[in-house]
Amino acid sequence: MQLAQRLRPPERKAGTGSVRLYLAVAAGSFRRYSTYRAATLAGAFTNTVFGCILAYTFLALWQARPGVGGYDSNQAVTYIWVSQALLITVAVWGGGFQDDVQERFRNGDIAVDLYRPVDFMGWWLAADLGRAAFHLIGRGVAPTLVGVLAFGIRLPGHPYTWAAFLVSVLLAVLVSFGLRFLVSLTGFWLHDSEGVRSVMVVVALFFSGALLPLTLFPGGLGELARLLPWSALIQVPTDVFLERRSGTALLGALGFQAAWAVLLLAAGRLVQLLATRKVVVHGG
Amino acid sequence: MALIELEDVRRDFTIRTRTGRLRREKRVVHAVDGLSFTVGAGECVGYIGPNGAGKSTTIKMLTGILVPTAGRLRVAGVEPARERVGLARRIGVVFGQRTTLWWDLPLRDSYELARRIYRIPPDRYRANLARCVELLDLGALLDTPVRQLSLGQRMRGDLAAALLHDPQVLYLDEPTIGLDVVSKARVREFLREVNRAEGTTVLLTTHDLTDIEQLCGRVMVIDHGRVVYDGSLDGLHTAGCSERTLVVDLAEPRPAITVPGARVVRVEGPRQWLAFPAEQSAAPLVAAVAERYPLVDLSVREPAIEDVIARMYAEVAIG
Repeated sequence: MQLAQRLRPPERKAGTGSVRLYLAVAAGSFRRYSTYRAATLAGAFTNTVFGCILAYTFLALWQARPGVGGYDSNQAVTYIWVSQALLITVAVWGGGFQDDVQERFRNGDIAVDLYRPVDFMGWWLAADLGRAAFHLIGRGVAPTLVGVLAFGIRLPGHPYTWAAFLVSVLLAVLVSFGLRFLVSLTGFWLHDSEGVRSVMVVVALFFSGALLPLTLFPGGLGELARLLPWSALIQVPTDVFLERRSGTALLGALGFQAAWAVLLLAAGRLVQLLATRKVVVHGG
Repeated sequence: MALIELEDVRRDFTIRTRTGRLRREKRVVHAVDGLSFTVGAGECVGYIGPNGAGKSTTIKMLTGILVPTAGRLRVAGVEPARERVGLARRIGVVFGQRTTLWWDLPLRDSYELARRIYRIPPDRYRANLARCVELLDLGALLDTPVRQLSLGQRMRGDLAAALLHDPQVLYLDEPTIGLDVVSKARVREFLREVNRAEGTTVLLTTHDLTDIEQLCGRVMVIDHGRVVYDGSLDGLHTAGCSERTLVVDLAEPRPAITVPGARVVRVEGPRQWLAFPAEQSAAPLVAAVAERYPLVDLSVREPAIEDVIARMYAEVAIG
C-alpha cells in the first residue's frame, strides 16, 4: 500500500455508508440474540406462564367488574397477552444493550468504544433495534399464539391495524432505548448504573401498563401515568393493537410516542456529549 | 518524517480523597509530566515503564480520548483530541486485555463490521483479510464464535481487526499478555512483518521484554511521567550500568580471587562468578585470570535486560 494512498483523506460518503453500517450492526445484534436458543425458549415459556396467571386474574376481575377501565373481558385478556408479547421487546425490565454497556463500564472496554470512528449512541441504538426485532419474534409469537388458542383473544382484522401496531412498537422501542440510554450514561459519573437501573425498572413496570392497564389508575395518577414516557412502551401499542385508537386518535397516539422518542433521544445525545467531554477532558 | 510528536506534554488528574466526615481533599497527580519525544514513520518503538508510569495515559492522549493538560501533541499532523474520529480511521489500537470483537458472533462478522466502520474499499478489504488470515493462521477460525476462541486465538483475531483498514500507526498495549510461547512467537512474527512490509509505525507497551528484544529497534523507558531512557536496546545496558558475568571453573576451590577490572560476586566450590562492565571486552579479563590461576572451564553470561530496567526504575525512585 502506497503512502500517498494512505494519506488521502477518508472518503466522506457519510449517508449510505452509515446506514449500511448501522443496518449491519442491527443485523449482527439480531443474529447474536438468536444464538441463545435455550434462553429464548425459556423466556417465551415464562411469558406464557405469566400470561396465563394474569389472564385468569383479569378474567376474575372483569367478571366482578365488567367493563372496568373501558375494556370488555376479552379485550382485557387480549391486553394481557399483547403486553406479555411486548414486555421483552420494549425491555420494560431493562437489559438489551444496557447489559453490554454496563459490562463495558465495569471491565473498562468502554474506552475501546471511544476510539472507534463510530457514534456511540448510534451503535447501541442499532444494536438495540436488532435485539428488539428478534425479541418481537422470539418472545412475542408464542404468547400471542397461546392467547389466541387458549383464551380466544381477538387479533386485529385490518392490515392497517397491524401496520400501525408495528410502527407503534418501533416507537415504543425508541422511547425505551431513550430511557435506558440515559440510565446507562449515568455510568460515566457513577461508574455503575445498576442502582439507577433497578429504580427505573420499578418505575417502568408500574407506569408502562405492564402490570395493569393505565386506564385503571384512579384520577390524577391515571392522568399523570398516561402522560409519562413509560405509557408509550406497553399501554399505547396495546391500545393500537386493540383498535381502540383510530383516525386522528391513532395519529395522536403515535405522535405522543414519537414526541417522547425525539425528546429522549435528543436528551441522550446531549448527555453523551457531556459524558464524552468529561472523559476526554477530566479523565475517566 | 515524524508521525508522532510530543512536546513537553503534561496530564494532571485531580484526585479527591475523603479526609473527614464531609471534608474532601483535592490532590493533583501528574500522570504525565513534561513528556517529549518523536516517533518517525515506520519505526517500531517499545514503550516501557513500571505500572503507573504513565504509559496508558500517553496512549489515551495519542488516540485522542484524553486531552493533555499542557503541551503540544501531534499524530500524523493532527491534534488527536480535536480530530478523534478522523484520526481513528488512520490508527489501529489493540489492548491485550480488551477486545473489539463481537463476542457471540463468528470472527468473520466482526471483520465485516470493521469493513463498514472504517469504510474499507472492497479490494483492500479482501487483500488485507487474506493476508491477515494467512499470517495469523485464522483460516479455520473465521466461522467460530469469538467466545469459543482461546486467548491466543482471540488476540490474533483482534490484531487482524485492528489492521484491516491499513492504519498508519498501530498502538499495542501488552499484546502478548497471557499468551503461551507459541502464540507469542506468532504475534511477534506478524507484527514484525506488518512493520517491515507495510511500513506501519508501531508503538508497543509491554512488560515482556522479549517483545522489545525481538521487535523494537528503539526503546523508551518512562517513569513518573517522564522519559528516563530513549535509545537502542543495547544502549540501555550502558545507560543502566549493566554488568556481564564471567563464570570460571578453577582447578580447585579457593577463596575469592582478585583480578583487576572485575569483582567476585559469588563463590561456590571451585566455581566463581566475576562481574565486569557490560561494554568491556571479556578477552583481557579471561587472559588475566588464566595467567594467575589454573583454569578448567569458563563462560560469559550476558546481563538480563529485566535486571537493567529494574535497576533503572529503582534509581529513578531513589533519585
